Amino acid sequence: MRLYRKYLSIHVKSMMQFKTSFFLTALGQFLVSFTAILGVYFLLDRFHAVKGYRFTDILLCSAVILMSFSLAECFARGFDQFPKAISNGEFDRMLVRPRSEIFQILASKFELTRIGRMLQGILMLAIAFWQSGVQWSFAKILTLVFMILGGTAVFSCLFLLYAAFSFFTLEGLEFMNVLTDGGKEFGQYPVSVYGKAVLAFCTAVVPYAWFQQIPLEYLTGHSTNPLRIAAPLVCFAFLIPCYAVWRIGLRHYKSTGS
Amino acid sequence: MAVIRKYLSILRVRFTNGMQYRAAALAGIVTQFAWGFLYLLLYRAFYQSDAGAFPMDQQSLAAYIWLQQAFLALFAVWTLDNDIFELISSGNIAYELCRPCDLYSMLFFRTLGSRLARAALRCGPILLVAALLPAPYGMRLPASWAAAGLFVLSFCLGALVVAAFGMLIYISAFFTISPMGVRLIAVSLVDFLSGSIIPIPFFPKALQLIFSILPFGAMQNVPFRIYGGDLNGIEATVSILLQAFWLAVLIWIGRMMMKKALHRVVIQGG
Repeated sequence: MRLYRKYLSIHVKSMMQFKTSFFLTALGQFLVSFTAILGVYFLLDRFHAVKGYRFTDILLCSAVILMSFSLAECFARGFDQFPKAISNGEFDRMLVRPRSEIFQILASKFELTRIGRMLQGILMLAIAFWQSGVQWSFAKILTLVFMILGGTAVFSCLFLLYAAFSFFTLEGLEFMNVLTDGGKEFGQYPVSVYGKAVLAFCTAVVPYAWFQQIPLEYLTGHSTNPLRIAAPLVCFAFLIPCYAVWRIGLRHYKSTGS
Repeated sequence: MAVIRKYLSILRVRFTNGMQYRAAALAGIVTQFAWGFLYLLLYRAFYQSDAGAFPMDQQSLAAYIWLQQAFLALFAVWTLDNDIFELISSGNIAYELCRPCDLYSMLFFRTLGSRLARAALRCGPILLVAALLPAPYGMRLPASWAAAGLFVLSFCLGALVVAAFGMLIYISAFFTISPMGVRLIAVSLVDFLSGSIIPIPFFPKALQLIFSILPFGAMQNVPFRIYGGDLNGIEATVSILLQAFWLAVLIWIGRMMMKKALHRVVIQGG
């Protein structure tokens, strides 16, 4: 852990060498997610509700997605650069160091510019928190925390999976963006909005529904089943297949030789 | 004539170059399909919630969404050419300055060429599937020959307006050392104002008017809505004239900025 903090401080220092660039990028990140939520706002301003969800419900959902995505991105971004690390031999250097590979990849990149996106997430969470009309009890706050943690787990797993696939292909697989960026874009709405097929996919294949739609029903009071509080914990089970793919990939790994 | 040939050959080189990236295009197609279907499902949910509040008919919206996905590379401002940024920030632009060409036109045709190649590789399968989809979700031919003609005209103008706006972002790289921030800010604003996050008819009335007059409304908004018949008659003609106006203005601004940039250009390192 001390080593990880050391890595972090180096990343922060190096980013602060280019202050204007850093602030502009953070502002850009903020605007990207801000315009996305403005789009949601104008749609709900016109239609008032979609499948029984009001704007504040969706705001809550968007805030959770944005927070989880930016947390996962902040810390697990190294996986995104991983195909490059394989092709330029950086990964071979990692293998000979006396620390686990996953730790080194996690520490190899720390995206502080994502702070813009995270600020947006916090802001939205605060607005949704006060405006949603939810009677906040300990159980509901716990649910919200679980949702964010579960979401962070899902997105981190997807980044891990993306890196694991590149053991076999030696380059990044663009279609994984459907799951990561698509999850971020379309996960702003509870997944049940997209109909049964998408809901089934998001429950059984990639567990978006478990940290989003299922506990959201409990938060908004559409359901009082207390099992929904713990639903986001299911997301952590997603780690098992993703880690398995990673292990298999690692065993198959042959250096690119460069 | 020779001048035009020169720039057309730049365009052709970039086009053939771009056509090499077939695997990337395949991945792009998969993504675009997913996006198209999810948008359709999303708007269907809104339609079911309150059909009366729906500002365009479902058929034209489907056409809008599929055209957007098929021609993303031409109409999304964010598909910028990284090579050009690289050229400017690395200083290799100095070599380009030595060529007997006008730099603005050269870069303009270059970026247009790579955009065209990316769109050409991706649009076929998407349009084909969109044409085969059942009634309110698929794409149909435009209502009349006149509408089809106007669509083609405004499609070309729109693509040129996007390229001309992209030039402004490239040129801004002359003034800042790291163009990432400027790029992100410009792209997210344009995405919102041009109707690529939600189509302009879904905004409140007052905003619709403002957004249609701005140069961003002259990008995908006009051709995609003419295709579905959402924009027609005199309104369509005015919108096309507005597109031509903004194209001229953006090119003029770009040339002015370029002149200023080259006047004080400092090539970094060697």
